[in-house]
Amino acid sequence: MLVYEWLILKQEIFLSFLIVGILLLWLFRDISNETWIRIMNIFLFINILIGFTGFHYGKLFGDTFQSSPLILFEKVLLSFALWLISLFSYDWLRKMKNLPEFYLLLLTSLLGMYIMLSASNLLLFYLGLEMSTLPLAGAANFEFNSKKSSESAMKLVLSSAFSSAILLMGISWLYGMMGSLDYAVISTQIGHSPLAVLAFLFILSGFAFKISAVPFHLWTADVYQGAPVAVTAFLSVVSKSAVIMVMIPFLYQTFEEKIDVWYPALIMLALASVLVANLFAVQQINIKRLLAFSSIAQVGFLLIGLSAHTQTGATSVLFFLIIYLFSNLAAFGVVSVFSSEYGKEEIQQLSGLYSTHPFLSWVLALSLFSLAGIPPTAGFFGKFFLLLSGANKGNYWVIAIAAINMVISLYYYLRVVKTIFMNHPVSPMENKPLAFPVRLALVICLLGILVVGFLGGFYEHIFQLLNGIN
Amino acid sequence: MLNVTNILIILFLPFINFLILGLGSRSIKQPVSGTIATVSLLLAAGLSLMIGYQYFIVKGMVNGAFPPIELFRYPWMVFGSKLTIDMSLVLDPLTVMMLVVVTSVSAMVHLFSLGYMKGEERYTTYYAFLGLFTFSMLGLLLAGNLFQIYIFWELVGVSSFLLIGYYFSKPSAVAAAKKAFIVTRFADLGFLIGILILSFYGETLDIATLIQRLTAPAGSQSLAIQTAGWLGISALTWGLAMIFIGGAGKSAMFPLHIWLPDAMEGPTPVSALIHAATMVVAGVYLVARLFPIFQLSACILDLITYTGIFSAFFAAIIACTQTDIKRVLAYSTMSQIGYMMFSLGIARPEDHYLGYMASLFHLFTHAFFKSLLFLGAGAVIHMIHSNEMNKMGGLRKFMPVTHITFLIACLAIAGIFPFAGFFSKEEILLATYHANFPVFVIALCTSGLTAFYMFRLYFSIFWGKHQAHDPHHSEGTFTMKFPLMLLMLCTLVAGFLPFSSWIFQGDTHETSHINWKFSLVPLSLSTLGILIAAYFFRKPSSRVADTLMWMGGIYRISKNKFYIDEIYLWITQRVLFPLVGKPAAWVDKNIIDGTVNGVGNFVGSIYYFIRGMQSGKLQDYLLYFLAGIAAWMVYFIYIWK
Repeated sequence: MLVYEWLILKQEIFLSFLIVGILLLWLFRDISNETWIRIMNIFLFINILIGFTGFHYGKLFGDTFQSSPLILFEKVLLSFALWLISLFSYDWLRKMKNLPEFYLLLLTSLLGMYIMLSASNLLLFYLGLEMSTLPLAGAANFEFNSKKSSESAMKLVLSSAFSSAILLMGISWLYGMMGSLDYAVISTQIGHSPLAVLAFLFILSGFAFKISAVPFHLWTADVYQGAPVAVTAFLSVVSKSAVIMVMIPFLYQTFEEKIDVWYPALIMLALASVLVANLFAVQQINIKRLLAFSSIAQVGFLLIGLSAHTQTGATSVLFFLIIYLFSNLAAFGVVSVFSSEYGKEEIQQLSGLYSTHPFLSWVLALSLFSLAGIPPTAGFFGKFFLLLSGANKGNYWVIAIAAINMVISLYYYLRVVKTIFMNHPVSPMENKPLAFPVRLALVICLLGILVVGFLGGFYEHIFQLLNGIN
Repeated sequence: MLNVTNILIILFLPFINFLILGLGSRSIKQPVSGTIATVSLLLAAGLSLMIGYQYFIVKGMVNGAFPPIELFRYPWMVFGSKLTIDMSLVLDPLTVMMLVVVTSVSAMVHLFSLGYMKGEERYTTYYAFLGLFTFSMLGLLLAGNLFQIYIFWELVGVSSFLLIGYYFSKPSAVAAAKKAFIVTRFADLGFLIGILILSFYGETLDIATLIQRLTAPAGSQSLAIQTAGWLGISALTWGLAMIFIGGAGKSAMFPLHIWLPDAMEGPTPVSALIHAATMVVAGVYLVARLFPIFQLSACILDLITYTGIFSAFFAAIIACTQTDIKRVLAYSTMSQIGYMMFSLGIARPEDHYLGYMASLFHLFTHAFFKSLLFLGAGAVIHMIHSNEMNKMGGLRKFMPVTHITFLIACLAIAGIFPFAGFFSKEEILLATYHANFPVFVIALCTSGLTAFYMFRLYFSIFWGKHQAHDPHHSEGTFTMKFPLMLLMLCTLVAGFLPFSSWIFQGDTHETSHINWKFSLVPLSLSTLGILIAAYFFRKPSSRVADTLMWMGGIYRISKNKFYIDEIYLWITQRVLFPLVGKPAAWVDKNIIDGTVNGVGNFVGSIYYFIRGMQSGKLQDYLLYFLAGIAAWMVYFIYIWK
């Protein structure tokens, strides 16, 4: 291989070295947690920068691995999210006993996602998918003294094993039919046999599981609630985004011929997700569970945009993912502070937060407004574009149901905001100053929430990246 | 003068207020914050007046019309190959008129609040919120495309939520703020869907282009939107109906009016700003803005007409029986906006769209006398510390300025010559007389009722028995009296402006003139209303009680606002829950706050059904997973071909 060809793999190579480096450093040096966090934050930031070191695209390894400007961009986004998570989890990480393990697991999972994104062969894709999931089961179990945490890990690993088995069955049927797992071969030869439909549905169910669309979502709330906030944030933002990013070319190119199957299937998933998630979210008292159901509802909206099968639809999906990243991470960031500093995760316990923590209150309120899609926060623009591109199929009733659900969702988001701003504090919390990394992460998210919606140029940039997607 | 810099100054002065006062809500003390805000708003109002002068008088008409001026256009988002969203600011006669109204009323409210809100704990925050609201309202007016309008539309909702809930330690204020936000947001949903439909067929969000495309008789877009349909109704009609729902929500038209009376929980100057002159007329503004499109669908115009006239009449009846002075004013606002709405609905090309002009003329005059009424009520409440009529009486000696200004505003709203309301109401009645006689009759009755309930209010406050109250309390500071006098001046002058030659629809317009023969009936009806009110309320007597005994049931029904809130509650609690089979009590206790959250309650009871899904048992989860796949398989292999 030529040097140039290695450069196509630059992000994967850097990440692998980083993982091995952590392992070696951990074995041979005794470093304090503060130092670890500092080092890791710097390296995670460098990991983002690697994406900006020139453009190297092409295919490798007998065309099973590819890179393109789009994939590069998506990888940068995922690394950016991980960096933010590491920043705002500062307080929690500082107290942790086996800190490097945490980074090892999350970085391995990220590497898996890179592979998943770059794969142009179902086998490699599957490897990436597993590589991204299994470490998270370990990470979910990181609160060693909490039973909930172990339960969460157990549920995650068992249910992903189940979904993987079904996914793998679909893949093997496809292999049996065509003798190849290359995307290029699948897209031309899949045909219209019932077996192909069945195999495709099995694979689609695997995707639906990972993005926790209803009815494949049931693991989500339990796992999100039990896992440490940092891991929950990673699961709900990074994991989901990665799988949805894969779904765009997967549905639009590889399985384009199966559009008559996946279009109705996506609509079913979308409507079920939006409806069921909202119904459950209204009733939650734990804020992590609330965010779990909220994220399921958001996925429903994403699927409506995705079903458009146009370049505009794909652009709206990616654009929304970025907005979702900022809004959700801002919310989790605030929750993380309360969880680790005060051990509070119930909505009622946040009563009157505004009187003691105005900054955190505003961050949480704005992120919830953004998730609810209230202008002028970015969330509104994201949802508007998703619905607009979804509308081009002429299915107004789908849009109408989704839009009604936007109003319903306002109830539970507003309830949290009301608790923070208008209730009287139950037990006043002392105001500890926020650590610098936490503050930095929250300010970045806040800027994202307020600014991204107005960046028309950004939207166009994504649109250009997606040229030729269908 | 008519350049982008001046417009941006007007638009952003309130926003800068919001930023500075919002960020410095703890460090900037009163009265500094109030003074900063008031001075900058006065500046904005002055600038707007100059712009109005330049636009209507100096620049004047070109070819018999005022040309719209596009001040600014910036390609914002390129959305696919067909649709682009341009950020733009447009000045046309409607916008310029509204600009003057909003900035001047807002400036008066800012000034009045200096005295009214003195000593409030969150004084600076109050001014910050006022700034945000004014900014959003101005943004809504200047927007050149529907998308921009929608953003500011929602922002108006958010900032009114903040203002209504200003006294957040009062549970009723919090509930009212939530109700206002959720009810209007529910209506906004219609607006959003309407925008999606119109923009999908019109392939643009720009208002001027949209109007041009959809009104072109043989254009491909206009053919597409009129032929496509659902349930036998064309896409055009659906889209317009949805947009009207959005407008009806903000403008408190029946049955989406339930938030307006409760919203009186906010500070009184806030009501003068948002519930008299600005936010509540946003719906009228929206319909007027898109009027050329609305005009394409006769049945939507009828919908607007009948919603408007019904709301006008209905609210007038309720207003006759309320005892909270702010609620009387709230219902009277709803009634007057009903006038504006039905007047838009009956505008036809035959009489050169007289109804269109009349509606906006009424919007213009109403803004002044209604904010004057609210501010006057504010001054009274400031002195008495109560909203209830029976705690007032005989105040004319203690509050001479308030008394005179309030009286003039009452005469104006009752439609007595020569006050502003007379002129605009005459135009509306005249237009209705030609277009739709039954509506005209109801409008006439409503006008008599209006005179009655306004003078009932006036006599109960300023005449009648003098109640004991603190004699040390003066009428209020100069900053409170001055806006009253200024607005009174507007109320006296506004009717004489040559409004009809400024704002009109279509190519030609009629100059307005007073038709005394026609005016005789409405004038005498209004006078009758005033006399009846005087008979009952000028002096304390048993006449009221006797008549009420005699009226009995009708009075009770009206006093309870026709039980609309109760009907909503009844439907949600007695009909919906038994239907889904779950006890209402359980749901009531568990859901948000037991306010009028009908939707929430309904949602909750469905949740009760399906919550078994989230059992916590992994084997169940996997079963659902398999069931999901199985359902797909059945669907795709057997049902779907």
